[in-house]
Amino acid sequence: MKVLLRNPRREIEVEGITSVAALLGHLDLNPESVLVIVGDELVTNDAPLAPDAEVEIRPVISGGAA
Amino acid sequence: MKCRVCRGPAVIDLKRHNANFCHEHFVAHCEEQVRRAIHHFSMLAPGERVLVAVSGGKDSLAAWDILTRLGYPAEGLYLGLGIDAYSDDSLAAARAYAEPRGLTLHVVDLAETHGFTVPGAAAVTRRSPCGACGLAKRHEFNRVARDLGFAVVATGHNLDDEAAVLLGNTLRWETDYLARQHPALPAGRGFARKIKPLYRLGEREMAAYCVLEKIDYQVDECPMAAGNRHLGYKETLNELERRSPGSKAAFLFGFLDRMLPLLDPAAHAEAADVHPCTECGEPTTGDVCAFCRLRERAATA
Repeated sequence: MKVLLRNPRREIEVEGITSVAALLGHLDLNPESVLVIVGDELVTNDAPLAPDAEVEIRPVISGGAA
Repeated sequence: MKCRVCRGPAVIDLKRHNANFCHEHFVAHCEEQVRRAIHHFSMLAPGERVLVAVSGGKDSLAAWDILTRLGYPAEGLYLGLGIDAYSDDSLAAARAYAEPRGLTLHVVDLAETHGFTVPGAAAVTRRSPCGACGLAKRHEFNRVARDLGFAVVATGHNLDDEAAVLLGNTLRWETDYLARQHPALPAGRGFARKIKPLYRLGEREMAAYCVLEKIDYQVDECPMAAGNRHLGYKETLNELERRSPGSKAAFLFGFLDRMLPLLDPAAHAEAADVHPCTECGEPTTGDVCAFCRLRERAATA
C-alpha cells in the first residue's frame, strides 16, 4: 500500500500490513502523535487496511512555545 | 470500534476518555469540552465578541469554528510573521476558512507594520525565532484587540501545548511563569482578557476535528520551530501518554485545580508593576517594552 508521511512530505510503499495498529507499529509511530486517514476517511487504530489502500499518516504535534 | 454514544461506527478512539466516537458525537464532544472550559473559568459572557488569534493551523481554526458554533461573534486576527512560503500558505489557509463562511479575518503584517520579520529579528538578536515570534504575537494580539475594541482574545492553545509549557516551567521551577499559566487571564492595566478555550482538548482531537469538518489547515510544521525544546517536551509527554493514557490531562488539570491557586499571589504582584510602554503604550514592566526594543534592534540591522 502507499503511505503518505509528512514533515517532510514523502510517500513510501509498505507490504504485508493489514491494520492501522500494525502499520503504526511497523513505522515505530506513537498513535497519540498521529492521525491515520484512508482515502478521505479518518480511521481508528483497529481499522483493517486493504493491500491497495492509500493511507496518509498525519502528525498532530505542532507549534513553538509561544 | 463503536461510538460510545450511538454505537455506530467510530472514526476516532480517545484512550484518555476510554471512548470512541462517530463524527457527529465527536464534534459534540469537542463542543462540550469548550463549553465546560468557558464556564469553568468564566472566559466569556453569553454572546460576547471575541477576537481569535488565527495562525492557519488546526488549533486556531478549530477554536474559531467551535466558538462560532457556540454562538459567540468571533472574528479572526492573522499576524504575518514573514516566514517565507510558510507564512504565505498559513495566510491562505486562514483566508480559505474565513471567506466561504462569511467570517471577518483581520490581517496584520509584521514587516509592513513594524519593519521586521521573525527570521530577521532572530538573526539580529541571535536568539530563538520562537522567542521573537511569541513576543511579537503577545504584543500584536493585545494591541490589535484594543484597537478593534475587543475586550477578549482567544488563542488555540490546546491540552498538549499547555501540558508541554507546564512541564518546561516545572523542570526549571519558573514560578512567575507558572503563576501566569492560566486558561483565562483577566483584563486590566492595558491587557485584554486572554482565554484558551481549547485547554481541555488534545491536539490529536483538534486535528481530527478539522479533518472531519473539512477545515483545510496548514499541516506542515513551522520551519523555524523544528527541533525546539517545546516539541521535545510534547514527544516526551506523548510517550508517557502511550504507556499511561490520561497522564497529560492529569498533569495539567491537577496543576490548574490544586497548584495554581497557591501561586496566584505571585501573578498579582507582577501585575502591580505594569505600566504603559513609553514608545507604544502597550503594558510593560520596564520603560520601553520588549517588543519595541526588539523592533529597534531589528530595524537597525
